[in-house]
Amino acid sequence: MRTVAAKSLAEIIGRTRPAGDGFARKDVARPEWTALAVGCAESWHDLFALWFEGGRMRMALIDRGAGRRAIVSVTCVRGAYAAVGHYHAPAIRLERAMRDLYGVKPEGLPDARAWLDHGRWARRADGKKAKAPEAYAFLPAEGEGLHQIPVGPVHAGIIEPGHFRFTANGEAVVRLEERLGYVHKGIEALCAGLSPDKAARIVSRTSGDSTVAYGFAFARAVEAALGIEVPARAQVLRGIMAEIERFAHHLGDFGAICNDASAAAIHARCALWREKLLQAVAQAFGHRLMMDCIVPGGVAVDLAEEAGLSEALDAAEKRLGHVVRVYDGSPSILDRTVSTGIVSGELVHRFAAGGFVGRASGRDFDCRRDLPYPPYDAVDFKVVLRTAGDVNARAWVRIEEARESIAIIRKLLDRLPEGPLVADIPAGRAGEGAAVAEAFRGDVFVAVSIGKDGRIAHVHARDASWFQWPLLEAAIEGNIVADFPLCNKSFNCSYSGHDI
Amino acid sequence: MRQLLLNALLKGPATIPAPKVPADMLAQAASALAARARRKLGRSLAIREVDAGSCNGCELEIHAINNPVYDVERFGLTFVASPRHADVLLVTGPVTHNMREALQRTYAATPDPKWVVAVGDCAHDCGVFAGSYAVAGPVSSVIPVDVTVKGCPPPPLEILKGLLALVEATVAKAR
Repeated sequence: MRTVAAKSLAEIIGRTRPAGDGFARKDVARPEWTALAVGCAESWHDLFALWFEGGRMRMALIDRGAGRRAIVSVTCVRGAYAAVGHYHAPAIRLERAMRDLYGVKPEGLPDARAWLDHGRWARRADGKKAKAPEAYAFLPAEGEGLHQIPVGPVHAGIIEPGHFRFTANGEAVVRLEERLGYVHKGIEALCAGLSPDKAARIVSRTSGDSTVAYGFAFARAVEAALGIEVPARAQVLRGIMAEIERFAHHLGDFGAICNDASAAAIHARCALWREKLLQAVAQAFGHRLMMDCIVPGGVAVDLAEEAGLSEALDAAEKRLGHVVRVYDGSPSILDRTVSTGIVSGELVHRFAAGGFVGRASGRDFDCRRDLPYPPYDAVDFKVVLRTAGDVNARAWVRIEEARESIAIIRKLLDRLPEGPLVADIPAGRAGEGAAVAEAFRGDVFVAVSIGKDGRIAHVHARDASWFQWPLLEAAIEGNIVADFPLCNKSFNCSYSGHDI
Repeated sequence: MRQLLLNALLKGPATIPAPKVPADMLAQAASALAARARRKLGRSLAIREVDAGSCNGCELEIHAINNPVYDVERFGLTFVASPRHADVLLVTGPVTHNMREALQRTYAATPDPKWVVAVGDCAHDCGVFAGSYAVAGPVSSVIPVDVTVKGCPPPPLEILKGLLALVEATVAKAR
């Protein structure tokens, strides 16, 4: 039984006004911090991010019903604070990660194991000596006839590294436990002390497949911190880039899901039209993945070639229609995707899982609509929702979102204003800002603090995958081992984005 | 079916002609082969991809060389699921401390003769991640590298050229 009563964001924040970025900021004491953690567990508000910065633990919370968002901070006493994960499981991995990077002590955290630290670093993120290596104890699964299947970190395909420990009874998976952190690159420490422009290049590579979304969120966080007005043309171009990224991944991954259900022809089609689109993107923006095209203050490149881009999008949309008809008319594929890897609505709400993982299980949340930012605040679009929560539902959400993306791009191209591309970054101004961007796989949150010297004091980027990876463990339970690739592909969580 | 046949007749395949391999890449590959090729491999090389710390950008472009436009298999290059089946390791990323041992063990599990292609700026010199406490170093600091393909990420055509350099050098050596 819980001994702490939940408190709502409204009770704690009171009259504290939100900053320009929409987040109210408040320092709280331990009892209020704990009450907010219990509020997360009671679904009064969503846990959006949790990180360590300058001696404080900070937590971004969103109360969608009341339309409030806040960043609350608690000062660590002798490096310790009350663990949110004690009350609210989705916080556990985030708190294990912060403990590894900064040595902070989450009191009452139910999991004492390291997460990002595999015992291989000489120093940790704060420069202090890292811990000695210790054996990683996977959670037990006991019973007659159970066997374990260890997979990774080097996987069989062209995939990022991570370890999956399956416990199976014959073909049926009894438990999957993930172990991640293999591609931890120390992004927060690398960015400290850099100019926003230099840090943008690193943050944009947190997860290279979402480079536009990361660039977008980081730029908006810097702009909020320093009070920069972004030119109208840059705002619209950012939206176009973000939707191209979304469309390209939805198209390619839909093909890859079909490939895992042995429909290689659909995969080849999708890969072909994705390729043609990326070639047009290279013509339009100078880079196939649009890396470093979004910079703090605006965009670094103008749209060079619109006709080719429109043509490639039209063609890709038409072909998407073809392959979707094949998908929907193929019992052999649907037999693999329907009712496979189900995630319950209860779980996606508890974990505040974003992106198609949340929306395929009925969580009606999309940053573009719910935490609106330019240019989406001036564009109509549909947020696609399904409730079945299986591989098929996730595939359909992606198909329909891909179509929406095309519609958004057309609207934005129609109203692309003339004008400058980038605003200057003012010198001698300090501040902190937070921002979100809806990446193809869900919400990316970036919080940045900038010192008076114009250098990054701290940056924290939280990928949507943090709240999706744990649900994959739930999705595969009771399914057969052979369906794991299909389930995994239907989630397509980021390793690099998670491992920071 | 009629539409399919018509398309095939009128539009032709999506696949592009083979790219020309730059002389420097070919020279790099040839010297690598001269040193270690002990038998005729023909035009067939099996590739095992290893992400040793990449941001996943390079992986997207490596995926792309399998698409119908680049169609890497027409050159006898296939991606395999195990290092034990591989002739070539295609390695991406700055090697993180957490991946260092996995990369070394993958290399050890690959039978001789074997080659390593480092793909991307991070694999070459750690790129934007150079200097991090979590990064062990470029790929060449952990295992021997034969061919390097630069870029962030390198476009598929560049990756294809790097691999073709190995194939062409192999064939030249066998003659």
